[in-house]
Amino acid sequence: MIDVRRHNANFCVEHFLRLCRDQMAKAVDEFAMFGRDDRVLVAVSGGKDSLALWDMLVEAGYKADGLCIGLGIGDYSDASSGYARRFAQERRLTLRYVDLREEYGYDIPTGARAARRAPCATCGLTKRHLFDKAAVDGGYDVVATGHNLDDEAAVLLGNVLRWNREYLGRQRPVLPGGHGFPRKVKPLVRLAERETAAYCVLRGIDYIVEECPMAAGNKHLGYKGALDAIESSSPGTKHAFYFGFLQRGAERFDGDGAAESAMLTACTTCGSPTTAGVCAFCRLVERASAATPVQLRPGR
Amino acid sequence: MLVLLRNPRREVTFAGPISVAALLNRLELNRESVLVIRNQTIVPGDASLDDADVVEIRPVISGGSSAGSSAGS
Repeated sequence: MIDVRRHNANFCVEHFLRLCRDQMAKAVDEFAMFGRDDRVLVAVSGGKDSLALWDMLVEAGYKADGLCIGLGIGDYSDASSGYARRFAQERRLTLRYVDLREEYGYDIPTGARAARRAPCATCGLTKRHLFDKAAVDGGYDVVATGHNLDDEAAVLLGNVLRWNREYLGRQRPVLPGGHGFPRKVKPLVRLAERETAAYCVLRGIDYIVEECPMAAGNKHLGYKGALDAIESSSPGTKHAFYFGFLQRGAERFDGDGAAESAMLTACTTCGSPTTAGVCAFCRLVERASAATPVQLRPGR
Repeated sequence: MLVLLRNPRREVTFAGPISVAALLNRLELNRESVLVIRNQTIVPGDASLDDADVVEIRPVISGGSSAGSSAGS
C-alpha cells in the first residue's frame, strides 16, 4: 500500500502501477511526445527515474533502446552503470554505452576542474551533447529522459528566482527537433520522485540509491528540499506550480527561448549545432583531455 | 525495530509501536522526500511499526542540475 497525498489516496500495488503507467501515457499523448512507430532512445543512468521510464516504455510496447554514459565519477559511475547493464540484460534490451574517458579523454571531475565549472554543469553539457549525437547518429526519432515532476518544478523555481527568461522559454516537456538537434521529451513529468521510486520498488527494479557524490549541496537539491517542505503542508503544490506555468505562463517566454535557434551553425570540429564557431562540448574536450586527471577519494 | 537510513548509510533502533508518520517526525524527515519500506514492503504514513520490524527509510530526491535546465537521473 502506498499513500500519494497529492491524489488524496492510498493505492494497492496493482492500482499504483496502473496510475504510474496512465500518467506516463497521459503525458505522452497530451504533449504528442512520440508515436508507436518512433524509435526512442532513453537516457539511462542506472537511477530510479531512467529505469522506471525505460520499463514503462517497454511495457507499453514502444521501441526503446537505452544509452548510458560512463561519466568517470569513480565508484559511483561504475555502480550506476552496473544497474543499467543488469536491467538491460535481464530484459534483453539494447543498451548503448559511451565511456567518456575512453572516447573523449576526460571524465566529469577532471572536466569540471579544467573548465572551472560546477560538476553538475559539466555533466549536463556532456550528457546533452552525447545523447543528441547518439540519437542523430543512430537514427532515433526522439531522446527520452527521466525528468520527473520534482525535477521540473525545481528547475522552474530556480529559473523564476533568477528570471532566466531564456531558460523559461525552453522549459517544456517537449523540445522539438530541428537544426541538427533530435526531439527531446520527458514522459515522466506527471510523476513525482517518490512515485518513480515506489514504481521501481514494486516492479523489483534494482537501481542506485546513493546520490552522486559530486551533487552534494548543489542548488537544485536545495530547491527540491524547499518544494518538498511546501508540498508536505500543501499537497499538490508542485503539480500546480509546474503545470500552471505550462498552461498560463510559458507562452509569455516563448520568444526568449527561440532567439538562439536563429543563430545556429555547425561546429567546425564536430558538426553539431552551435552558436559559436566551436561548440561548448568540443571546447570542453580540448581543455579537459589535456588536463591532469582528478583522483577521487576511494569510495566516491 | 531496526531502522536503516541511507545517504549516508547508518542504522538506528527505535521502540515500537510507532506510526510511520511519527517515526519520520522523530527523525526530522519529510514524508515527501522518502519511501518507507518495512520488511521489503512499502508502507503508508498511517501504518504502525512494531519492535520486530526492519524498516528502510529510502531517500528519493536525486539529481544534480546545471543552471536553467535539468539533466535528469
